[in-house]
Amino acid sequence: MRGTIADMQEPAITPELVAAHGLKPDEYDRILEIIGREPTFTELGIFSAMWNEHCSYKSSKKWLRTLPTEGPQVICGPGENAGVVDIGDGQAVVFKMESHNHPSYIEPYQGAATGVGGILRDVFTMGARPVAAMNALSFGEVGHPKTRSLVHGVVEGIGGYGNCFGVPTVAGEIRFHPAYNGNCLVNAFAAGIADADAIFYSAASGVGMPVVYLGAKTGRDGVGGATMASAEFDETIEEKRPTVQVGDPFTEKRLLEACLELMASGAVISIQDMGAAGLTCSAVEMGDKGNLGIRLELDRVPVREAAMTAYEMMLSESQERMLMVLRPEKEAEAKAIFDKWDLDFAIVGETIAEDRFLILHHNETKADLPLSKLASSAPEYDRPWTATEPVAEMEPVPGIDPIDGLKALLASPNYAAKNWVTDQYDSMVMADTLRGPGLGAGVVRVHGTDKSLAFTSDVTPRYVKANPLEGGRQAVAEAWRNLVATGALPLAATDNLNFGNPEKPEIMGQFVGAIKGIGEACRALDMPIVSGNVSLYNETDGQAILPTPTIGAVGLIESPEKMIGGTAQSGMMLLLVGETQGHLGCSALLWEVFGRSDGDAPPVDLEAEKRNGTFIRDNAQYIAACSDISDGGLALAAFEMAAAAGVGLRVENDDSAFLFGEDQARYIVACGYDAAEWLMIEAGKASVPVATVGQFGGDTLRFGRSEAPLGELVDLWRGTFAGTFG
Amino acid sequence: MKAAVIVFPGSNCDRDLAVAFRAAGFETQMVWHKETDLPAGLDLVGVPGGFSYGDYLRCGAIAAQSPVAAALRAFADRGGHVIGICNGFQILTETRILPGALLQNAGIKYICRQVGLRVETADSAFTGGYAAGQEITLPIAHHEGNYTADPETLARLRGEDRIAFRYLDTPNGAADDIAGILSENRRVLGMMPHPERAADPALGGSDGAALFASLAGLLAPA
Repeated sequence: MRGTIADMQEPAITPELVAAHGLKPDEYDRILEIIGREPTFTELGIFSAMWNEHCSYKSSKKWLRTLPTEGPQVICGPGENAGVVDIGDGQAVVFKMESHNHPSYIEPYQGAATGVGGILRDVFTMGARPVAAMNALSFGEVGHPKTRSLVHGVVEGIGGYGNCFGVPTVAGEIRFHPAYNGNCLVNAFAAGIADADAIFYSAASGVGMPVVYLGAKTGRDGVGGATMASAEFDETIEEKRPTVQVGDPFTEKRLLEACLELMASGAVISIQDMGAAGLTCSAVEMGDKGNLGIRLELDRVPVREAAMTAYEMMLSESQERMLMVLRPEKEAEAKAIFDKWDLDFAIVGETIAEDRFLILHHNETKADLPLSKLASSAPEYDRPWTATEPVAEMEPVPGIDPIDGLKALLASPNYAAKNWVTDQYDSMVMADTLRGPGLGAGVVRVHGTDKSLAFTSDVTPRYVKANPLEGGRQAVAEAWRNLVATGALPLAATDNLNFGNPEKPEIMGQFVGAIKGIGEACRALDMPIVSGNVSLYNETDGQAILPTPTIGAVGLIESPEKMIGGTAQSGMMLLLVGETQGHLGCSALLWEVFGRSDGDAPPVDLEAEKRNGTFIRDNAQYIAACSDISDGGLALAAFEMAAAAGVGLRVENDDSAFLFGEDQARYIVACGYDAAEWLMIEAGKASVPVATVGQFGGDTLRFGRSEAPLGELVDLWRGTFAGTFG
Repeated sequence: MKAAVIVFPGSNCDRDLAVAFRAAGFETQMVWHKETDLPAGLDLVGVPGGFSYGDYLRCGAIAAQSPVAAALRAFADRGGHVIGICNGFQILTETRILPGALLQNAGIKYICRQVGLRVETADSAFTGGYAAGQEITLPIAHHEGNYTADPETLARLRGEDRIAFRYLDTPNGAADDIAGILSENRRVLGMMPHPERAADPALGGSDGAALFASLAGLLAPA
């Protein structure tokens, strides 16, 4: 394929060329059946773009259909650019999470930057102004030769794009594990606010309506990117760099403002951003959803490189571009808005009544395909899968001094303070950030109102590997808890499912198990999945990543007094909410201290999750500070709460399983003595286990008889990341 | 009291600054960068943070050549009050309304965090609400905030009491720990920290509010 880009002569369609487009022989046979003739080179490219895993979800669709996607709060579920959820007062939050894994591994800065750009575009395409961003990053082990440059590049790329665009990055996660040595994960989330009655969708309507191209010019960057993202990596990976796009956040910012002005003018019938597979995918989407055909004249497409072929224009993934169907009478007004923002505006085609995707270039027909078949006849596979074997009984865990155990966690980049990373992101632009990165969920006020929204992103891949079903449940439960710990009512979630090669039954088994767990938990916790993305083939030389179904979740805090956002004070009690068994299987302690990942994932009791979380929200007014307990257990959560407050803490227990166990459905709470009494009484009524486990005060952290100065622990915790990567 | 906020393509703190101006009592309008004149009767002009024109060349360099820049310079020359924050400070140095330049941070990374500052002079409409020597906390968010100027300029800034804010622990390598400076007539302030992000207690700090309140108090019609 590389040879053909400079080659003006269209190559003959050979089995090798078909294979180079990522199409299997039976998929090519299906193309022949649909069009009844050999495809042109451009047509082959179009099919390849539409039918690759990234765009067609051909391996995952069957299972994605099983997820709960509806609820009274849901305005629009999966299938559009992003999910739309009601937040009251005629307003909606629009959000989605999407991966940019493969490009980020090949070219970390641009790969991550354009991942952020793509997800922001998904949000403002629907008429929402982006107000918050998050990212979930997974890298290989710290000592791996690629990790350092990937971390620097990805973090700078995310910051470079988001900071310039002007959206606050308010939460996220970052992990290191050898399973990501050959495939890093960059999952980017964005959320925006819109009026609930002014959401824009992609379905075209009306025959003879102008199809308008907006934004940046088309170049050769990213040609074949989506196909690249649908294959495993091997040693030829460096050759794939030209398939990575280049981002321009300044243009994206102008595109945002111009699109929102255009939408307000009433000129827009439908709009779709050009993401993966660019012009092809966006045009087919608009036509298919509106039961219309589309005719495009490529001579009118604004280009920034000479002599681009139809094939290149249809497959380019140049960034910061939109396709729109316009009300013809508003053309002059629309053009004036784009002129104001110095962006390209070109009528490149029209909607047609026949079911055709007709591509003309230099007075030649380059493609003439049945449009609906491109979208609806994509292959769909029921891939064979084998359920993950139950793990063996866990070996005994040696005892450890609790402060030594905590120090091991704080010295690991997995659990250290992430300021080195988050300081590189503007978390405060728009001046509505109530809680920025570093404290569980981020919280952003809905501009000009008393409401705010909480955002979190969670998954514990070790759990999913050991037990996909529990791991899937746990990812949802942890996200739900992180929202609850701010006082928010969890509304809905987006899933970013990162797995290895689905053609391997054991990988497909991980996927199926995780989806089942996610579905169960989302149903039980009333948190439907309203958008998402699947990234498969995260493998290098046959080595798959840990299964990583990232859950991004959004909650609503109706008024400032419902938010739990304070810090612990000296003299306050530390309460533990939820039942502790001391589950150490797959725990952070086991991995970071003993280099082990045996044992099962902690079981998730969804009833207990709901009961304990509801208790926290119902009693928010008595709680000064609250945190969910996740990996690292009570010890890490309690340390973080003490560190945030700058106040010491004494916990009268030094049992490793109690302190580092990762039992679910638990929170820690800081509150005054009287409030603690009250909470105990209320907990009794609600059948929620609550115990006083410690008290804040002094300047040391103490677990039983094991003790260290808080300042020393905080220095270790804050110094790890800079010491490792600075 | 009338204020304007200049909007360049790529400004992204324009709304935040307008919110802070309005909260302090200024009737505030936005002025597009292609305008060649500022509205009549303005008491105050804000040059907001962001990435004007993408800042792909030098931060603020292209903004300094934009149609509105000449009007801004004329307004400052006539003795109008101007505040430039972050990218706005960079633009004020590029237009030569303020001396010196902002270089890349010494650590080469973008930095967004709360920083401690000392108010060095209370002798201006911007800082009159603080006491000289008062320590405050404001957020910074920049990649190019490393203030530099030739030794004579630095000596003049010091000698004329024109250093408005100094960092307590300089995060970006700025000469003489400078976070903000005043013009010769003390009516133009350029600063890297963001007072508009610290003017509302809900945002975790309100040390910036006194700056806007002071401006409103001094610019209010008698």
